[in-house]
Amino acid sequence: MTDVQLYIDATSFAPELALAIGAMMLLLVGVFSGDRFSETITWACVALIGLTAFFVVTGGAGRVLAFNGGMVADPFGRFMKLTVLAGSALALLMSLEFLRDEKLARFEYPLLVTLATLGMLIMVSANDLIVLYLGLELQSLALYVLAAFARDTVRSSEAGLKYFVLGALSSGMLLYGASLIYGFTGSTNFDSIASTIGASGMSVGLMIGLVFLLAGLAFKISAVPFHMWAPDVYEGSPTPVTAFFAGAPKIAAIALFLRVVFGPFAGAQHQWFQIIALISVSSMILGAVAAIGQSNIKRLMAYSSIGHMGYALIGFAAASPAGVQGVLIYLVIYLAMTAGTFVVIMMMRRNGQPIEDIAELSGLSERDPTSAYLLAILMFSLIGIPPLAGFWGKWFIFLAAIDAKLYWLAVIGFVTSVIGAYYYLNIIRLMFFEAPAQEFEKPLGTVNAILLAGSTAFVLFFVVLPAPLVAAAQVAAQSLFK
Amino acid sequence: MMPLLSAIVFFPLIGVLLIILMAREGEEGDHLARQISLWTTVVVFGFSLYAWYLFDPTKHGFQLTENAEWLGGTIRYRMGVDGISLPFVILTAFLMPLCILASWESIEKRVKEYMIAFLILETLMIGVFTALDIVVFYLFFEGGLIPMFLIIGIWGGPRRVYASFKFFLYTLLGSVLMLIAIMAMYVTAGTTDIPALMAYHFPRDMQTWLFLAFLASFAVKLPMWPVHTWLPDAHVEAPTAGSVILAGILLKMGGYGFLRFSLPMFPDASVMFAPMMFTLSVVAIVYTSLVALAQEDIKKLIAYSSVAHMGFVTMGLFALNRQGVDGAVVQMISHGFISAALFLCVGVIYDRMHTREIKAYGGIVQRMPIYAAVFMVFTLGNVGLPGTTGFIGEFLSLVGVFQVNTWVAIFATTGIILSAGYALWLYGRVMFGALEKASLQKIPDMGLREVIVMAPLVAATLYFGVYPKPIFNLTGTAVEQTLAGIKSKLADTASAETPTHTAAVP
Repeated sequence: MTDVQLYIDATSFAPELALAIGAMMLLLVGVFSGDRFSETITWACVALIGLTAFFVVTGGAGRVLAFNGGMVADPFGRFMKLTVLAGSALALLMSLEFLRDEKLARFEYPLLVTLATLGMLIMVSANDLIVLYLGLELQSLALYVLAAFARDTVRSSEAGLKYFVLGALSSGMLLYGASLIYGFTGSTNFDSIASTIGASGMSVGLMIGLVFLLAGLAFKISAVPFHMWAPDVYEGSPTPVTAFFAGAPKIAAIALFLRVVFGPFAGAQHQWFQIIALISVSSMILGAVAAIGQSNIKRLMAYSSIGHMGYALIGFAAASPAGVQGVLIYLVIYLAMTAGTFVVIMMMRRNGQPIEDIAELSGLSERDPTSAYLLAILMFSLIGIPPLAGFWGKWFIFLAAIDAKLYWLAVIGFVTSVIGAYYYLNIIRLMFFEAPAQEFEKPLGTVNAILLAGSTAFVLFFVVLPAPLVAAAQVAAQSLFK
Repeated sequence: MMPLLSAIVFFPLIGVLLIILMAREGEEGDHLARQISLWTTVVVFGFSLYAWYLFDPTKHGFQLTENAEWLGGTIRYRMGVDGISLPFVILTAFLMPLCILASWESIEKRVKEYMIAFLILETLMIGVFTALDIVVFYLFFEGGLIPMFLIIGIWGGPRRVYASFKFFLYTLLGSVLMLIAIMAMYVTAGTTDIPALMAYHFPRDMQTWLFLAFLASFAVKLPMWPVHTWLPDAHVEAPTAGSVILAGILLKMGGYGFLRFSLPMFPDASVMFAPMMFTLSVVAIVYTSLVALAQEDIKKLIAYSSVAHMGFVTMGLFALNRQGVDGAVVQMISHGFISAALFLCVGVIYDRMHTREIKAYGGIVQRMPIYAAVFMVFTLGNVGLPGTTGFIGEFLSLVGVFQVNTWVAIFATTGIILSAGYALWLYGRVMFGALEKASLQKIPDMGLREVIVMAPLVAATLYFGVYPKPIFNLTGTAVEQTLAGIKSKLADTASAETPTHTAAVP
């Protein structure tokens, strides 16, 4: 590797550059203007994310390498970047009202989200173990601070600390795995690792490195057995932060996960398949069973997301372009469903306090029929009932699994989805079959109402016009299998 | 040409839209919602009759087909009907206005939502019967869970939560197994087109698994013994119109599924599992009839009798001959009239007395002569008396199965005797005897609206009971074609296996 590529293909990496420069400029603005302009900065961040998305869409086509092969821009990356950006923008918009009510409206909030998003974009484009770690840490550090954002409450501080300690542990494991991989292949570049494995196969040391790397990544997507942080962090963090955690970071981590297993370790499919199948099955089972006993809706959503990550991992196990396509479609749909659900969770306030007991949703259909019906649609979609979008997420993933002859995985997946149906139905039961509880403080604000209506409309009408997303995901998935 | 089937399927959604947009809060809005749904369902019924008019029963294959780009790849939006599915489309469209009318006064809370749920349910039910792509079929098949869950849960009786959860989870577990089978079929055959899948011959050992997966879904839906236990609960707790739809249409999806998917697509497995299906059918017929005898609750009794009658359907289908399959189809249609009517009859007295206990009634023939006459017709239909559609269905399925297995036919026949036992005994306890109970002294007879609801059902039961030819005209070609397809596949298997055996010997 003597021929060092120092030039940067500006159009291909304009999104990252724009986001980095924009975030730093807005940080300056924030520092000088203070918290009074926090909402303006939030809107500016949303606009910045929009601009970044525009650069993603208009950026070059095909596969472009830069920074000496350290970063890659390909259709897969572009698809994931757009999804991540959508997740971050949704989380920012959703937070406006909540932060105002909670008197948490500080200018750092949107900037931390934006910086985390930058980390995610780098994760998505990583083509090198160092870049991978760089992106991951940029994201994680911003997230640790966000978890503890309500710094005056014990729960939020606890969530931040817990997330930080466990997150640091997982980063350590990941880094250790990366060092072993470097030691046994002599390179940190994904392409060189892939060719080394292709030439000389998997050695034991490389195997151990891979296991550590996967453990670190599994932690980031909160897959069992690395899920312990999720319920506590979800519960303790301010709700908009939880909503953010449930969306964009998971999507970015999945993207990175996909890049690692189908990039450098494509030749080691036989080895990682067993690990992924195991964490997939255990995530699905735990996500379905453990959520049944939860009465706190944020904890419930944490288990729900563990289960959904389990389903997404089935697409990995299928190890085919169709499987990856399924994962991508699943993530987009999952994002819409959780975003809508968290909007309703944020509406649950009384006496100036957020409330999180699911029993408080009782009789919502009589108190606020519109929200109740929209949330019910999202719940049915989370179960995976056709014709709602949640079903299609499952459809493509399981179809790929069946195609790969993984019948047992599909059967386990579907049976756990029936078990998991119970707790989503339970929320519907509370809203529709039970006598009304006390009114919430106020109805949805305009922005949140639009978000809820928009995400539900996506879930409801996806069936009418599924082809564009399916086709885009197909192109993205195929680019991962050069 | 106008996409007639899509119009039938999606027209109720226009009604939904109108209700959302036009009906305001309060009494007037509720009334408008009732009107809109009634007229919507009547128009859909009109469309379905027009489809019957356009349908040429002598032609082979599917008619009124539609085909449009949808999910990308080979999964397309395909619609079409043949002589097997069209009767169910018409039956659904026929029962819906009656359901709306039956709920006219008995549903007082959340009327708009109730009507919307029913209209969405109509779309989904008719979609099940008209879908010609297995993915589209599944979409409608499982989507029906959502409105039904809400109908039972919101407007149901005291144990509605338990019943709605049981209904939902039971059915969902069955259908996800079927979904896996659908995916496996797609992967193997490379198509989701139903006619193409009917022509495709799956490997024999694969058929076994596919059959079992589809069985899991259809057996729960039909329901077959021993997975029928959700049905009595759901029926008892559901509002009257919910029970009508459940018994009249939703159960038929199971039978329709066997006839459309299991038999023609997995014929080898169907033959292999026929003894098991016969056994389960006979157990269902005899056992649930006995259970029905012991019931104290009128609705529960009718629910168990439904399970018994569905036993005739599976028995007739797996006889795999013309009489058996014809009998099963007629039995399903007949049960669609009779059980729907019986649940409506229960609804009539429930609306007045708010109890379904058999003991709470007695001697009401003196106060309600019209009601007693109507109830008589359907009780006799339930027993399978000649002159009602019940007879045609049961007799033909027995004739069909007799040619295949005499013992099954003999045991099943005892079910008819038992059905006479529980149905007539129920009739006697409710209608006859002295009118002693104070609460019943002032019970009024059926009003005009109730008579209008019942009249078409009485007419249909008796007309098709005496003259079933229109049904056979409609179904004949399709049933023949299905059976011919099964025979040719079985012959293929036989001829494919004989040479391998001879080749293996030397």
